[in-house]
Amino acid sequence: MFNEQISIVLSGEAGQGLDTIESLIIILLKKSGFNAFLSREFMSRIRGGNNTSEIRVSSAEVHAFVDKIDILIMLSPQGADRLEKRLTPATIIIGANVSVPAKYAEMGCRVIPLDLEEKLTVLGGSIYANIIVTGILASLLACDNASAQELIRSRFKAKGEELVNKNLVALQQGVDISRELAIPISIQRDAKAAAKTALSGTEAIGIGAIAGGCNFIASYPMSPGTGVLAYLAKQSREHGIIVEQAEDEIAAINMMLGAWYAGARAMVTTSGGGFALMTEGMSLAGCVESPAVIHLAQRPGPATGLPTRTEQGDLNLVLYAGQGDFPRVIYAPGKFNDAITLTQKAFDVADQLQIPVIILTDQYFLDSIGMTDQIDFSKAATVNNFIETSTDYQRYAMTSSGVSPRGIPGYGKGLVCADSDEHSENGRITEDFAMRVAMVDKRMRKLDGYKDIEPELIGNKDYSTLIIGWGSTYGAICEALKLLNRDDIAFAFFQQVYPIPSSAVKMLEQAQKRIVIENNATGQFGKLLEMETLVKVHQKILKYNGMPFSVEELVERILGGLSS
Amino acid sequence: MTTRFDFVEGKNTAWCPGCGNMMLLAILKGALEELNLDPTRVVISSGIGQAAKMPQYLKLNYFNGLHGRALPVATAIKAVNPELTVIAEGGDGDMYGEGGNHFLHTIRRNPDIAHIVHNNMVYGLTKGQASPTSQRGFITPVQVYGVASEPFNPLTTAISIGATFVARAFVGNQEQTRELIKAAICHKGYALVDIFDPCVSFNKINTFKWYKENTYVIDTSYDPSDKAAALKKGAEEVPYPLGIIYRQAEHKPTFEEQLAVYEKNPSPLYWRQRSSELLNKLMLPSD
Repeated sequence: MFNEQISIVLSGEAGQGLDTIESLIIILLKKSGFNAFLSREFMSRIRGGNNTSEIRVSSAEVHAFVDKIDILIMLSPQGADRLEKRLTPATIIIGANVSVPAKYAEMGCRVIPLDLEEKLTVLGGSIYANIIVTGILASLLACDNASAQELIRSRFKAKGEELVNKNLVALQQGVDISRELAIPISIQRDAKAAAKTALSGTEAIGIGAIAGGCNFIASYPMSPGTGVLAYLAKQSREHGIIVEQAEDEIAAINMMLGAWYAGARAMVTTSGGGFALMTEGMSLAGCVESPAVIHLAQRPGPATGLPTRTEQGDLNLVLYAGQGDFPRVIYAPGKFNDAITLTQKAFDVADQLQIPVIILTDQYFLDSIGMTDQIDFSKAATVNNFIETSTDYQRYAMTSSGVSPRGIPGYGKGLVCADSDEHSENGRITEDFAMRVAMVDKRMRKLDGYKDIEPELIGNKDYSTLIIGWGSTYGAICEALKLLNRDDIAFAFFQQVYPIPSSAVKMLEQAQKRIVIENNATGQFGKLLEMETLVKVHQKILKYNGMPFSVEELVERILGGLSS
Repeated sequence: MTTRFDFVEGKNTAWCPGCGNMMLLAILKGALEELNLDPTRVVISSGIGQAAKMPQYLKLNYFNGLHGRALPVATAIKAVNPELTVIAEGGDGDMYGEGGNHFLHTIRRNPDIAHIVHNNMVYGLTKGQASPTSQRGFITPVQVYGVASEPFNPLTTAISIGATFVARAFVGNQEQTRELIKAAICHKGYALVDIFDPCVSFNKINTFKWYKENTYVIDTSYDPSDKAAALKKGAEEVPYPLGIIYRQAEHKPTFEEQLAVYEKNPSPLYWRQRSSELLNKLMLPSD
């Protein structure tokens, strides 16, 4: 009997349309008032291979990936070896005989054969298999049947009545199948869940960008960062956004800077390899004192690495990218709500301080779908921070804050002269040593006026062990700590990873033991913390095989860390 | 001649005595003046190199960015505010070497910008190495056995990938150069003016005298709207033709004209505010 939560994994080949099932079921779960979280892992190919999606449904909020599989739905025999490690005798497996290896039954799993051949032939093809599976899932999880039918109608409306009706039949067939399965699931509904929005990490970044007033994006496609470009393209007409696919990442970042210069609010989205090409542009933003918003979706490197997998390996890259000294801010959201508000904030901070702001996400975060509280954007208006220039306007006028009022060409009587060479206050090239020092100091001063986003402390305030994490590991670490249920452990979550927030030192110093958890091979953030705070990190829990941390794995490794 | 583009403090330039850039500076000021442009509404996007220093000595807006990257910057500026007159300016190494990829794709996009390239067939600021337009056999401190690569032909390249205005000038022909720059600025769409502009310090072969002797002004009987003829004309070498090599007769939609953001609202992006109402809708379920 599944009362509290359940983990269902869909396994299939690329091209089989897992995403259709995912997108329908997540909306249905939300409409039916369930908390749910969906994560995806897939191979770098268009057809074949093995892709899986994990859908967790819970009576409480859920934001993490687990290894455990309660129900496995196999649409293809591919990937059976990989999945085997995650099965227990309690796992229920649903799939055609040709898809499910015989040994699964020998392991003690309950295997329910699912023979759809005949039904699919009658319906008119294998394309209906996804909807039958959706029907099975919807019914197993006690989703509203009326909502399911309504969703099918709206999803297939454009394809004509015949297709709508066939899909409704397929849905009902799935419902009928599930009733014969006798799998007892009764997860509690959560009154708050229905009022939430189901969205992906990618959509969260995109919404945050529009909230930040983004009206220009230039990028070059690179997984897993491309989704944000596509999302903004989809919204471009409604929200007045210029979207340009640049010839390369170098063009993309230079277009972004040209756009800010002329009065737009612009961003780029990329991955580590693409950002490596943007490095000089990053430095250009530093010198011309341009706002810049860079979304970097991490995947495992070096070089091409694992293109469709996840990692937190590009912190050092964004931290040090660009020749010379100049200020920057780096955010790494852990929750979808934070992804929205941080991306919005990235635009405002970039604009106010005229610096590059980087948002670090990763494949796991972007491709996951979760339930998010709705945000009322009318409360936080986005304000442009440029001025109407006068005839004596100087783009780099010395100020105590280091921030010079930003003019844009064509607005006012002044001239806006931006220069990548060292320059005087009026933006003209100079080799005057005193001016050089004054300009460096002015640029570096700008962060003095920046207000940190302090780390969030989760758990008992009287901790003696502090877990440290950043970015997408947030959900898994929170859930692992809940399971550990120890009042001597707390979790410091950094969504601002640079500069190191001012309260970090005190938070770190209180602990006798400090453990950093990172999805990379060297503990990049731990090292940064040590360097900036001079406080030692005692242990590192690292993972770099291309997969996110699971809750169980963290429980085990944190316990292991505590006993060592 | 004094113009509204004169930057008085900019008299002391970083150019060598006798540099063609001095003449070009005066020619460019004259062109802008004759077009009666307002300096606050003109932007030059330039890269790095001696040619790219041009806006430093002018009274107008500029974005003096990175080596090779003037075109993406110029494209974005024009896209964000189509009311501005936007010029991208730099040398042959800047525009055809480091920025070669942007050269190709900017032409494909067709933003309404004028592209002024100082072509001296050599690298000046880095002291005398070969440029993409250096002639075969040209000996330099790096190409010690002489340049082995084929010189890049910007004119035929531009025409073949869809440029609608392509011109070649020689800075020694001041009046013609000024008229070609004016025509490029007035042309609706991407307009290339490749200008022979001798380097007095590092190119002792392709000198002022050499250009004078190895160029000729295209006569008035030539029809620049004939693309096939233009490809032939643009491929001519020694003597090189000077004038409008190609100008497409019919208008080709510019990058900005095709942007949906200007369909109902012609105002530049900086006047606009995001809509909270539309934004709140994004948080509603899609189905």
